[in-house]
Amino acid sequence: MAGASKAVVASKAVVDSRANLPFVYRQYSPEQLRQVLHKMYLIRRFEEGAEECYMRGLIHGTMHLSIGQEASAMGICMPLAEDDQITSTHRGHGHCIAKGAEVSRMFAEFFGKTTGYCKGRGGSMHIADVAKGNLGANGIVAGGIPIAVGAALSSKMMKTGKVVVSFFGDGANNEGAFHEALNMAAIWKLPVIFVCENNGYGMSTSTARSTAVKNIAERAAAYSMPGVIVNGNIFSEVAEASHKAVERARAGEGPTLIESKTYRYRGHSKSDRNRYRTKEEIEDWMANRDPITLFETELRDFGFIDDQGIQAIRDAVAKEIADGIEFAKASPAPEIATLQNYVYTEHA
Amino acid sequence: MDAAVRELSYAQAIQEAMAIAMDMDDRVFLMGEDIGVYGGAFQVTGDLVERYGTDRVIDTPISELGGAGVAVGAAVTGMRPIFEFQFSDFATLGMEQIVNQAAKMRFMLGGEVSVPVVMRFPAGSGTGAAAQHSQSLEAWLGHVPGLKVIQPATPHDAKGMLLAAVADPDPVMIFEHKLLYKMKGHVPEGHYTVPIGKAEIRREGRDLTIVATSIMVQKALDAAAALEGEGIDVEVVDLRTIRPIDRQTIIDSVKKTSRLLCVYEAVKTLGIGAEVSALVAESEAFDYLDAPIVRLGGAETPIPYNPDLEKATVPQVPDIITAARDLVKGVR
Repeated sequence: MAGASKAVVASKAVVDSRANLPFVYRQYSPEQLRQVLHKMYLIRRFEEGAEECYMRGLIHGTMHLSIGQEASAMGICMPLAEDDQITSTHRGHGHCIAKGAEVSRMFAEFFGKTTGYCKGRGGSMHIADVAKGNLGANGIVAGGIPIAVGAALSSKMMKTGKVVVSFFGDGANNEGAFHEALNMAAIWKLPVIFVCENNGYGMSTSTARSTAVKNIAERAAAYSMPGVIVNGNIFSEVAEASHKAVERARAGEGPTLIESKTYRYRGHSKSDRNRYRTKEEIEDWMANRDPITLFETELRDFGFIDDQGIQAIRDAVAKEIADGIEFAKASPAPEIATLQNYVYTEHA
Repeated sequence: MDAAVRELSYAQAIQEAMAIAMDMDDRVFLMGEDIGVYGGAFQVTGDLVERYGTDRVIDTPISELGGAGVAVGAAVTGMRPIFEFQFSDFATLGMEQIVNQAAKMRFMLGGEVSVPVVMRFPAGSGTGAAAQHSQSLEAWLGHVPGLKVIQPATPHDAKGMLLAAVADPDPVMIFEHKLLYKMKGHVPEGHYTVPIGKAEIRREGRDLTIVATSIMVQKALDAAAALEGEGIDVEVVDLRTIRPIDRQTIIDSVKKTSRLLCVYEAVKTLGIGAEVSALVAESEAFDYLDAPIVRLGGAETPIPYNPDLEKATVPQVPDIITAARDLVKGVR
């Protein structure tokens, strides 16, 4: 009995000791947080794996890597339920994994195989996982934003309680679709969260050169919704903002615009020669603001994980990636005769 | 009045179809600019907002791109939106969502979703609204796999095809000629559908096939009636759907008559007439042709404001009569 009461005291002490920590360390269990680190590694290694496969000629086309933006994808998706929905972007691998996709089926899609999420019809730019609420990446800048508003309208009309997140980049904030969609979401008080992952560049053009406001979150004022700026490389900051926006949306209070300031290490796509930014700038972000390093360091400093635990995550992720690539390679390619499948809904 | 010969206008027929669709299925709702208390620019939605409320008859801001996208997003996630473009010309503002999203989403996602959205486009010239409110852009959308594109030519079909469109799991684009809205015709009560993808022979004849779309169907029938007095027996095929096109009905008709005239309001070049001509030329009907195929379409110009110029821009009944007569008599 004495032992049991001691344990209670100890766990209370743990809770008390967490009281001063950032949001996520109070909100989520250590196991959940270790899972987040696992997934952040999974996103990074997936993209590195995809890049390597592309370099080796195993994947054709192009791809847009989000390496450096992992905390943003994970932080936003953290408070979402499995049946909440997202729309994503051409730089959407991280969102896909954060919302629950399996890397094996993602690799299979990149390899153009029938076991891929889109049966080899979509590739990187249209990766989706409808069962997990990911309505799809999008090849058109801002293309997914009105669609997310439509999904939120469905949620409201059908009273499903679902919240919809629309991810987009800084480039999208100058598209008409962004403005039209935010306005409609606001006037109809829809349960949607607009997440601008501002990585500083729309392809080669910096936000300073492309955007009249200093912060994209300022655009929220035009649509009478909260505009929140977070450091997109700090998982806890992103998750906290997302948590508040999700609560607001579920309460029927309407949309929020979150600007998640982050950085992509790689070029826009595979054709990018990085002539619009300096090597020093890229190296500074990688060395000093890497989202995985920042989160991992916090987890270790706060006693949520030790070096052994970190190594175990890295090893598990490496195996998942290797297995995923093998699964993709071994999967069948679509038959040419199926070319016209899925253009229209097949009648039963 | 006998229910069997009940007449409604084309606009009333569409309104009745939308009401039936909403009665039958809670997922169906209407979106568009000024479709609520205003009743729609052409009074097609009329008083539906009073009967179904603002939650199901939703006035959108003047945001064609965003509005079309919202309709697509709602369709993908379980609703059945009917989205009204105020004028078909404004499709140009929503093209991204129609062409890149609605048409391709099912395909890009490997069949994981359907996009059961209906979009309505008041189209065509004849109202003095000039170049930006009078176009016939159906062939633009007809060029896009993943869309279905229909042009009902009668009140009966306007109702039945809209109900077929609402039941269809894929995006259906309906082009409604504005001058047809007041056209009266027999419209059965209750629910019925007219299949998408099936042409209809409006008049049987031996000497010449006219394949016509939308308002040109009635003009072709008027021309055929006039030509009957000259001993020219015209068959009129109402195409009704331009994607997927009903090849067989066209081919069979041309095999019977050995002559083909295509009549449509849209700009002649690269239009539906080119497609109909080509599919006949590629088919076994080619061997049956006794004369070159003739197309009668809109002039290669924007629609002008002046009423005489406006009329001269698109085929009129006398133009069809002349073209048909010349074709049958071998005049080049």
